[in-house]
Amino acid sequence: MNRTVSSSACAAESVLDIRGMRTEFLIDGQWHAAVRDLSLTVRRNETLAIVGESGSGKSMTALSVLGLLPAKGARIGAGQVMFEGQDLARLSERQMRRIRGNRIAMVFQEPMTSLNPTMRVGEQIGESLRAHKGVSRAEARRQAVQLLLQVGIPSAQTRLDDYPHQFSGGMRQRVMIAMAIACQPTLLLADEPTTALDVTIQAQVLAVLNELKASQGMSMVFITHNLGAVALIADRVAVMYAGEIVELAPVADLYARPVHPYTEALLAAMPRVDRVNEDLRPIPGGVPSIRALPAGCAYADRCPLKIDRCETEAPRLAPLPGDVEHPVRCFVRNPEMT
Amino acid sequence: MHTLQAVPTAQARFMRFMSRAGLAGWVGLGLLLCITLVAIFAPWIAPHDPLEQSIVNRLLPPSPEFLLGTDSYGRDVLSRIIHGARVSLVVGFLSILIAMTAGTVVGVVSGYVGGRCDQLVMAIVDVMLSFPSLLLGLMVAAVLGASLENLIIAIAITEVAPFVRLARAPTLALKEKEFVEAGRALGFSHARLMSVHILPNLVADILVMGSLWMATAIRTEASLSFIGLGVRPPTATWGGMIREGFENILDAWWLAVFPSLAVLLVVLALNLLGDALRDAVDPKYRKG
Repeated sequence: MNRTVSSSACAAESVLDIRGMRTEFLIDGQWHAAVRDLSLTVRRNETLAIVGESGSGKSMTALSVLGLLPAKGARIGAGQVMFEGQDLARLSERQMRRIRGNRIAMVFQEPMTSLNPTMRVGEQIGESLRAHKGVSRAEARRQAVQLLLQVGIPSAQTRLDDYPHQFSGGMRQRVMIAMAIACQPTLLLADEPTTALDVTIQAQVLAVLNELKASQGMSMVFITHNLGAVALIADRVAVMYAGEIVELAPVADLYARPVHPYTEALLAAMPRVDRVNEDLRPIPGGVPSIRALPAGCAYADRCPLKIDRCETEAPRLAPLPGDVEHPVRCFVRNPEMT
Repeated sequence: MHTLQAVPTAQARFMRFMSRAGLAGWVGLGLLLCITLVAIFAPWIAPHDPLEQSIVNRLLPPSPEFLLGTDSYGRDVLSRIIHGARVSLVVGFLSILIAMTAGTVVGVVSGYVGGRCDQLVMAIVDVMLSFPSLLLGLMVAAVLGASLENLIIAIAITEVAPFVRLARAPTLALKEKEFVEAGRALGFSHARLMSVHILPNLVADILVMGSLWMATAIRTEASLSFIGLGVRPPTATWGGMIREGFENILDAWWLAVFPSLAVLLVVLALNLLGDALRDAVDPKYRKG
């Protein structure tokens, strides 16, 4: 009873509330979970970063939220995805279509191939306005100019009639962002939006995203494996490993006081200007396959702090003693948990 | 050194001028327009009545009186080619238009939907392709009866299968593309994704293929007309004339050669136009 009260109090300020979500794939006739027991909330006007290495389930989480999993062989097996009072996991394809691009938008990793090569950029930006808001062609065009200016594309008026191949990678990613924010969504899912760009352009795109978040009051889920970008843009960070969140903390807290051994290892493996780079410590081993998950903690195999209990029992994500804002999934570092 | 370089530069400049003007495309379009105009104004342009027979003038070689000679009934070949253009162009154009539209819609939907439905459509297409197109056209024409409209429908049916194939293959690749996925993430309907995001990316290939297959349509018209399932004699059609010409090819070469040249000219014009269309539709070829 107590729990429901606190979660509904949370819902007042949260935009997205994922509870115990499990995303499964059908492999050789059996359902295997790519994302397990995922609970997180995204608050109004906050940027939540999800970090983790390839195959940790970051992108699957975003695709699950938008209902963009492949129609066959993939499903949300359990849990709820609460958004604006609705459980997205239960909505029909038709209902989801009204939310996608309108209330929740997504920016993808590959700006070079994410634009339709046969369509003028202005039309592409205006398209979601026309599809969702039913505005006229002229009005969509007028707003497209504004959107291009908002994402920092100079001489927007003339660039409207250009084709995607006339834009550079960074410019295309700005166009993608303009398309995503056209309908003023409450939530923006950005799936590694800067990974394909070079460093200076990355910084510019991050700045654009930060400005939009401030000016539009939207919330953002920023998926990345780039911890440098996280420090620039995130308010809170969720660290994912093998389909689970292993640690969730405000960004300053996470960098200053990483608790989970995996988070610690990730930070130690990140090159930094204030540290000699010979010190970089790679994490030995790899993420376990979703078909062969260990019975205990998924990180146990690579963990230097492993105890016997880690091999047999799976730890829960529980808040650190005295810090509800900082849950950690580890028997060794967060032993208070039951 | 200077003069050596000047020559290729001038040439390059000339080539660029040609391509920028789309010269080949304009020639193709001009040719096609001329042929179309000739077909429309056939009665006023043709020097003789295409149906007027004359025993005395049988199988005359080209002469000032009969520019392209006469056939075995003494009819003027030039006048028959001019009148034949009407049938050939109408049949070729309309049948390909129908086949192209229907084939593309079926191909895109089938490729996009995938699964069982796609397998079924592809099985039907394979059966259609395994039939000789003449035989298929023959069956359809025989069932529908011989008339101009039925001839068009019959030819359209024989040529729909390659268009289904041609539209489906790129659809399979395109539906996995990031920009289609991005469109899904923007909440676009399947109809919009197919028509706005997938179709324009393959329409160039379809148009080029359509211009090429129109030649085949004109040929199929010829074959069906010859068997008697097309336009009935004595109406002049190019196909019918070529077939008749073959009977007398050793005695009167002009009977087969001139209608064939007419077909060749149309096909050439269509190919030039088709290539220019592809360049115009695909922004990658567009001159900035």
